[in-house]
This record gives sequence, structure tokens and C-alpha cells, in this order.
Amino acid sequence: MTSRRSMLFVPGNNPAMVQTARLFGADVIILDLEDAVAPSEKDAARELVASALMAIDYGPAEKCVRLNGLDACCSEDLVDIVPSHPDLVMLPKVNRAEDIISLAGELDRHERPGQKRIGILAIIESPQGLAEVHEIANSHFRLMGLLLGAEDYTAMVGSTRTKEGAEIAVPRALVVNAAAAGDIESFDAVFTDANDEEGLLADTRLAKNMGFTGKAAVNPRQIKTINDTFNPSPAEIEQARRIVKALAQAEKEGSGVASVGGKMVDAPVAKRALNLMNLARKLGLAS
Amino acid sequence: MKSVKRVAQAGTLESSDIMIIVEPGTNGLRVDLESIVEKQYGQAIRKTITDTLKTLGITDLNVKAIDKGALDYAIRARLVTALSRADIVQRREDQP
Repeated sequence: MTSRRSMLFVPGNNPAMVQTARLFGADVIILDLEDAVAPSEKDAARELVASALMAIDYGPAEKCVRLNGLDACCSEDLVDIVPSHPDLVMLPKVNRAEDIISLAGELDRHERPGQKRIGILAIIESPQGLAEVHEIANSHFRLMGLLLGAEDYTAMVGSTRTKEGAEIAVPRALVVNAAAAGDIESFDAVFTDANDEEGLLADTRLAKNMGFTGKAAVNPRQIKTINDTFNPSPAEIEQARRIVKALAQAEKEGSGVASVGGKMVDAPVAKRALNLMNLARKLGLAS
Repeated sequence: MKSVKRVAQAGTLESSDIMIIVEPGTNGLRVDLESIVEKQYGQAIRKTITDTLKTLGITDLNVKAIDKGALDYAIRARLVTALSRADIVQRREDQP
């Protein structure tokens, strides 16, 4: 469990949006060089994003750049972006583990001595990528998380995208499972109707209940709902606190087993409680 | 010393952006600025442009800039893109 609850996509060639992205409370700001930028403006967007990364204080938010695909101008993006110290880069259209290994190799070549290592987020948005998602999730230590790209995926499969999301139930479950198995994070697809607040809330709750660690957003107005939903609730924090306390007491008494409310606390429950308390403290929700 | 051989342009007329057009010059650095914040920041914008050009070793150039409230980082980025499109600025990996 991490504090990356929300990630906001921002068009990389739009100065107004690039410089105001920090105002909305997103945990990760994704400066987009891919879909949001016209082919003829890729060079301008690269230069603007590189310049913004060096000049703008994004506060506690992590700075991420969505690159163009490996089959497009990803290599040119890296030449400009890596020296500008993003925290993360996001690779679209990841189809196999080798894609991540290839990008990691490029990062190795471009990073300068002493530079903080740049993490990778992978977008799973094709049938092939989903079929190989487990191998992708375990491909490289730089990989921090997987994002489900539902729009591209459903278009490629030929299914109809709906607000309820039944057509992406299996892709969601596969991404969550692969990320958990690889001990990395999982991020749910964007909810594209920025005017449907109830729909966003329902979609975000579903994502959290399925095990996603966060969710992407295309509109700044969606960030608060996503953050609030992924925040541990007071009841969850209290229950985790009881579990952690019971574990500490059991350890003190030399017992390997603790119970809370008559239920035994086994290893997965203990780990979940510890993770939740760490997140709550990081977010200032618990002392 | 470097100079451009052809006209090139970058940026837009949207809010917070700046459109920059560079064209060959023979008489030093000339900046023709039109800005919605000319009174408050005109001098600073001209300085950002000329400082960036001097840093890049460019000595003869005519710059036409139409500013819609761009911050320094955006002014520099648009200028460098225009120069790159005019084949005067090298890619980052080739720069010293």
C-alpha cells in the first residue's frame, strides 16, 4: 500500500495546464507526450515538459512523463526528459516483459552518475499485454506499477465500453493480481466522463474494493473523489490499530499468535494492517 | 557564432503560452515583442529571450514574439524549439 492514490494526466504541450497541475492534490502528475500531443508538436512538447520539470515546483507530487511508445519516438523523448529528473516515466502499449527491460536499458544509458533512479509505470492496454501481464509485472526492478488502459483495450478486443465496466472486470482482476504477485502497484483506468461525479465515485469504490492501489484521472475535478476514496477510513484505521497493538502485545508475551475481536490475526492480515497504518501516517490520517 | 538560415516558429496564442518566430538577421539580436503584460514584464521577457540566445552563442537573429502571459520556462522552451526547427540548436544529447 502506497500513497500513490491518484494520478493526473496533463497535456504536455499546454503551458497553462502544465504549470497549474500542482494545484489539485494529485499524488502523481503525468505530463503527457503521447496521445495528448499532435505528431507535429512532439518536439515542442518534449522541450516544454523538460523545461517545466526543471523549473516548476510540484510540491509533494511525483513527476511522471508519459513517453511515446517504443515503436514511436520514445528514444527521442528520453534524450530530452531523463536529464530533467522526472521521478517516473510511463510507457504506453506494453506488450511483453522485454518492452520494460528495453526501456530500463535506455534509462541506464541516459541517467547521469548520481542521478536518482527513474521508476517505470507500464500501461497494459492491449490483448497481448494483458496475456503477458504476469511476466511484465515481474520484469524489472525499476517497474513500480501497472495502469490498465481500458479505452484502448476495449477498442482492440471489440467490446463496448460502459460506465458499469462489466467488460473490463477480467482485465482489472488480471492487472491487480499480476501487480500483487510482482509486489508492485496497480492503477485503475480513467473514468472518462468528468461531469458524472456519482459514476466516478462508484467506479473508484469498485477499483479500491478490487485491490487497485490507485486510479488515474483525466480531469483535475476527479482528484478529490479518488483521493478520498483511497484514503483509509477511520474505521479501517481503528481496526488496523487494534491489530497492530494485539500483535505487539502477543510478541511481548512470547506468543506467536494474536487475536482481535475473537478472530486470529494471521500473516496476511497483519501485513495489511501494518501497510494501512503506514499509509494513514504518511497521509497524516493517523499518529 | 551561430545564426539561422531560415524562418521557423514555435508556440501558440493560447493563454500562458508565447508564439516565437525566428528569422535570419545580420545586425545583432533584435526582439520584437507583443505582450499582454508588456507594461509589467516586457523588459523581463526580452531579457529571458536575449539571455537564452547569448547562452546558446547566437549573435545575429530577428525574433518576433507574441506573448500571452508565458512564464520563463515556457518562453525558453518555445524559443529553443523554434531555434531547433531552424536547425540552429542541436539536440540535448549533442549539446556540450
